[in-house]
Amino acid sequence: MPTPIRLRDLIRNIRAAKTAAEEREVIQKECAEIRNGFREEDNIFRCRNVAKLLYVHMLGFPAHFGQMEVMKLVVSPRFTDKRIGYLGSMLLLDENREVTMLITNSLKNDLEHSSQYVVSLALCTLGNICSSEMARDLAQDVERIMRNGPAYLKKKATLCACRIIRKEPELIDNFIQLVPSLLNDKHHGVMLAGVAFVTEMCNISDEYTDKFRRSVPALVRMLKNLIMSGFSPEHDVSGVVDPFLQVRIIRLLRILGKNDGSSSELMNDILAQVATNTETSKNVGNAILYETVLTIMGIKSESGLRVLAINILGRFLLSSDKNIRYVALNSLLKTVHTDMNAVQRHRSTILDCLKDPDPSVLRRAVDLCFALINDQNVRGTMRELLIFLENCPSEFKGDVSSNIVISAGRYAPNAQWHIDTILKVLTTGGNHVPDQTIPILIHLISSTASLHSYTVSQLFTAIKTNNLHQPLNQVACWCLGEYGEVLLSGSEYADPVQPEEILKSLNSLCESHLSSAITKSYAVNAIAKLANRLPSHLMPSIKQILARYGTSMNLELQQRSVEFSSLFNNHDDKRPGILERMPLFEKSEEERIYSEANDPAQGEKVVPAVNTAQQSALDDLLGLGDIGQSTPAAQPAPVMNSSNLVDLLGDLGMNTAPPAPQPAPVAASSIPSIEPWCDDTLGMKMDFQKVDNNILAINMTITNSSLAYEVSDFSFLAAVPKQLQINLAQPSSTSVSPGASLTQQMRINNPNKVALKMKCKMSYKLNGSPVGPIDQVIGNFPPSAWE
Amino acid sequence: MILFSRQGKIRLTKWFHSVPDKERKKISRDIVNTVLQRKPKMSNFVDFMGMKVVYKRYASLYFCCGVDQDENELEVLEVIHRYVEILDKYFGSVCELDIIFNFEKAYFVIDEYLLAGQLQESSKKKVLHAIEAADQMQEEDQEQEVTRSILEEFGLT
Repeated sequence: MPTPIRLRDLIRNIRAAKTAAEEREVIQKECAEIRNGFREEDNIFRCRNVAKLLYVHMLGFPAHFGQMEVMKLVVSPRFTDKRIGYLGSMLLLDENREVTMLITNSLKNDLEHSSQYVVSLALCTLGNICSSEMARDLAQDVERIMRNGPAYLKKKATLCACRIIRKEPELIDNFIQLVPSLLNDKHHGVMLAGVAFVTEMCNISDEYTDKFRRSVPALVRMLKNLIMSGFSPEHDVSGVVDPFLQVRIIRLLRILGKNDGSSSELMNDILAQVATNTETSKNVGNAILYETVLTIMGIKSESGLRVLAINILGRFLLSSDKNIRYVALNSLLKTVHTDMNAVQRHRSTILDCLKDPDPSVLRRAVDLCFALINDQNVRGTMRELLIFLENCPSEFKGDVSSNIVISAGRYAPNAQWHIDTILKVLTTGGNHVPDQTIPILIHLISSTASLHSYTVSQLFTAIKTNNLHQPLNQVACWCLGEYGEVLLSGSEYADPVQPEEILKSLNSLCESHLSSAITKSYAVNAIAKLANRLPSHLMPSIKQILARYGTSMNLELQQRSVEFSSLFNNHDDKRPGILERMPLFEKSEEERIYSEANDPAQGEKVVPAVNTAQQSALDDLLGLGDIGQSTPAAQPAPVMNSSNLVDLLGDLGMNTAPPAPQPAPVAASSIPSIEPWCDDTLGMKMDFQKVDNNILAINMTITNSSLAYEVSDFSFLAAVPKQLQINLAQPSSTSVSPGASLTQQMRINNPNKVALKMKCKMSYKLNGSPVGPIDQVIGNFPPSAWE
Repeated sequence: MILFSRQGKIRLTKWFHSVPDKERKKISRDIVNTVLQRKPKMSNFVDFMGMKVVYKRYASLYFCCGVDQDENELEVLEVIHRYVEILDKYFGSVCELDIIFNFEKAYFVIDEYLLAGQLQESSKKKVLHAIEAADQMQEEDQEQEVTRSILEEFGLT
């Protein structure tokens, strides 16, 4: 067998390859050679082969077949083999591989090796790939080295212990008594590891935080020694003695001093000393200062010290170095809720950061701006944020828009400003504006009657100039539908508008290919509603537009179109009532989240975690749910007598998804409705309401879902178990035309609270021919109906 | 920790958490893309999948560390810088080619410098001393081999 080529030669060959394909070819050929070498159990060149394989692996090629060879190298007595073998095991294996079972044994042997460099390799590998099993098997060996080993191994063993306790927290007790000796060591590596180890334990459980509060004086002394000690070339970084150790001690002090007055007091002096004496011309010094500031703000420190910390951050903010500005914003963001007023002083500088080109800086500046908004500065800050919204990268637009809406809702000085702000969001945020804001704005507009004509004319101008923004279009459609007539007379804000022009704009929204289906639905609704308020000569064109979507592929749009056409053509007398202006609707759940979640205590960034069930916007549109429920109250007569009207409305009502805001009568009953039965023609739905403790009222709705069958002579009889009594009222009608429905009330008296069951018999005529009787047992009543 | 060139070629990756191979590839690729897109006047920190990536460019090579949200970014920059200094001393004014051709040495240096994702030694001298001692042992291995092969040649074994 020929001698395999050397690693350096392989690398040279790969680099010489001119194309990716050529490179792949070289590598595949070499991999085949390496496999051959492995197969022939070539002991002399195994090390070289594995090293080559590791290089190939780094380039992204599969190298799993080398795992067993790595294990063989690890057990070899040669140091070179071991070194490459352990390197390979760190790169090729991770803790989840089964091979790690094998490596545990080798590690155990090598942890007892006489050469500290072999032990070091084993510790290093353990620290990087330790799994729970390995942690349990090797904890004792690690502990032994932490106790007796030389400093070189002690630090490594301690860091291994960090990993071990992270995997298996119950092993902490093996190590905990070693901590004082680690912290008292003179070797910086051991101190670093010791501090890291204590930090790790405190992160695992508060129990240890309490325990290690005792070490605060020792840590303070350690830090003091570091600062006081003169120049030490070994640990010096541009004139600062071991900044790494300093930063870690200061961080640990933060954890220990959190919410603890007495240990915080012990730290005050040293922190003040660090904060004032650290050289700030270099990055190192700033790193220490940054950590110090965070600790000062994180513990119960003196107020003077806090002022000092905020001033340091103020200085950071003005720095010309991007990184320093970034950390300043980051730490201000962490402290803004504890020291609002102090941070407030830097508001203008923070606003300046909105012009930064770096998204990492921007993200923090924006969050901070929102956290700082209050009643006094809302106008100024919002102005800046709106400018920012206009120019910012698109990934920010969604968040910023919704946060502006939230803040505007909380701090708006007056309604006009509020409406202006949100309109600006809609026009500049465009399609990035989250859907949830639409109902909020609609609610806001409808509740400020004095500004209707202003708002509507603003919206109308906006959609005439640019109709690409769906959220804006939707709000505009809603408002035109409700208040479009104010445009006709003109006002101080705008000249009179011809009714044709309004209709044309809405129609163009309908026709535009850029409009979403939801926008089109809004527009169709608006046109229908305007029919009431525009001059009657426009009626034919309105009807024509409405009818156009009768064949739309979009279900929602088609249904609306068909329903409105039927309303206009068949029930024109009812139309004015139905298309009456909407009453002010209740705020929906989401809006409440928007307006209430923004409690400053809860965090600077309110992420509206609202899962818009399907299309909440559509539910709110025209408040279809509200019409269905509020009209019966307003006009009781037609509901009782004309089943058709009820049908139409009932149907509309059923389209609204359940999460829609449901006003009182339905929402009051906590018993879920059931749909016990349906066939091709008819569907049955039962709503329940507890009248008193024993009596349950059932409202049954029978809906004719067919397209052409006329149902007549409908009769429904029901029987219940003996312990119950049933009282059946007359149905609202005995005939149901296509798409319509009838209702029938019943009351069940259930004094013994037995499980509800019902046997029923139905018969009806379908286009004159009798159907049934159909026997049906209904057993799926919700338990809350009788409990 | 990832080292990669300006062309996006990965030169060295070191993971301190166990992540499946496939994901490792994806994460490294994403980090490389994110970092390469950034302009020189931006800060050295990027938010990436819930963690922060701290990066610094040295000549043609980018050094990247993915760290937790509450890490001190400025200090991580120092940690990276310290590593570069150590490499520099070890190789004698390091360049990208040194790392390509001696990638295993670059790993050995990391392993003396960081462990389990933590800094293990802040003294450059100690790190270098440890590596040199280990290299010495490796050379002794080789010398033994050479002696053995000479002995074999003369038929003395």
